[in-house]
Amino acid sequence: MMSAVELRDATKRFGDVIAVNDASLTIEKGELFGILGPSGAGKSTVLRLIDLLDAPDEGEVLINGEKIPVNSRKADAMRSRIGMILQKPAALNRSVANNIAYSLQIREWSEEEIAKRVDEELKKYGLQERRAKNARTLSGGELQRLSFARSTVFGPELLLLDEFSANLDPKNVALMEDQISRYMREDESRTIVMVTHNIFQAKRMCDRIALMWDGEIIEVAEKKKFFEDPDDPRTAAFVKGDIVY
Amino acid sequence: MAFGLEYDVIQVTLLSLYVSGAATVLGCMIGIPLGSLIGLKEFGGKSLLKTITYTMYGFPPVISGLVIYYLFSRAGPFGSLGILFTPTAMILAEMLLVIPLAAGITITEVTEVDRSIKDTIRALGASRRKSTLTIMREAWVGLVMAAMIGFGRCIAEVGAAYMVGGNIQGETRVLTTAIMLETRMGKFDYAIGLGVVLLSVAMAVFLFLRLLQEKEYQ
Repeated sequence: MMSAVELRDATKRFGDVIAVNDASLTIEKGELFGILGPSGAGKSTVLRLIDLLDAPDEGEVLINGEKIPVNSRKADAMRSRIGMILQKPAALNRSVANNIAYSLQIREWSEEEIAKRVDEELKKYGLQERRAKNARTLSGGELQRLSFARSTVFGPELLLLDEFSANLDPKNVALMEDQISRYMREDESRTIVMVTHNIFQAKRMCDRIALMWDGEIIEVAEKKKFFEDPDDPRTAAFVKGDIVY
Repeated sequence: MAFGLEYDVIQVTLLSLYVSGAATVLGCMIGIPLGSLIGLKEFGGKSLLKTITYTMYGFPPVISGLVIYYLFSRAGPFGSLGILFTPTAMILAEMLLVIPLAAGITITEVTEVDRSIKDTIRALGASRRKSTLTIMREAWVGLVMAAMIGFGRCIAEVGAAYMVGGNIQGETRVLTTAIMLETRMGKFDYAIGLGVVLLSVAMAVFLFLRLLQEKEYQ
């Protein structure tokens, strides 16, 4: 079976800064894959490479076994099958319902289907009462729920989560984690790549985990091995919480 | 005839609205997409192009009139179209004044849409074209402002309108050229009356655009 995502010796620079350095990684379909690491390790840049927003300066990124040039029609078509949730999602200046509808409008769904799906999503995420409110009036937790609804309403086969819980209180974190687990269970072929610096969250949720350090992927392992018997001493120190960053 | 004038004030007022409105719409149809492209795309010479656009805010109406006069005069390259001294020529001359204003304001407005909103739009899977359209919609208030300023420039315009329109009674006479005529003839009362009409029309259009601007996007 072809992999959902593959990075082959990918390097990405921003000016003199090497954000991702010679990174190789394979993520299989149906996996919930975690990318751990301190701030500035290059985790979000890896997600941007996977979402075809940036192209690597060297190496390549394959989605479903295919190398797709960024800023191409093919990339636009592939990106319409990928969902991404940012650490600080922004509300578009329109109603809550129309924020969700936007995801379907850009994918050219019919008006009928949009109305039906938006209703279902509003119910699912407890946002019915807010449906006509401008989304900019939502609280942080509500906005993150809206963001999840907006990014999953079209059933993406690949979902990318960039520090989705960094600005949430514990109750909303638990709620979001539950929604992510449910989303995975709905369809076993779905793949999630989750960037976090929260060790405990990675332990709770992920099947396999990679640790990034200064732009390099220094270890990729099954969850049990990653936490109990890592190969790299930096991973051992990181999971023990020895390294302060 | 009305108010003791030798021409129909209502017809002159409607022509003013038509010429200024059409010039604003056409100018915005060109200037706003152009400004969005300049504001959102990265390319060599972008900074220079932005500077030129902003500099063109001060484009003198008489030059715009001259350009249109030259192009559409009998000896000009498009003379055979026969549009000189018609409202069409006036619309084109005023449109040239609106384009840099609409483009410049759009550049500023789309550039200032928050980074997090631009990132969110792309992260939701929008193609580059759809991203641009969504960012323009997010900058709605500023784009309506561009139309307001463009209309304000057109409705107050006299030099280009006179040059390429000719102030022909019943044909190309608009409020500004009528005010000029009355003033020259020493009929200050009429000139002031027409001035009040001009001001009222401008304020009514601005009020409408302001309401449009405040409309909450749903």
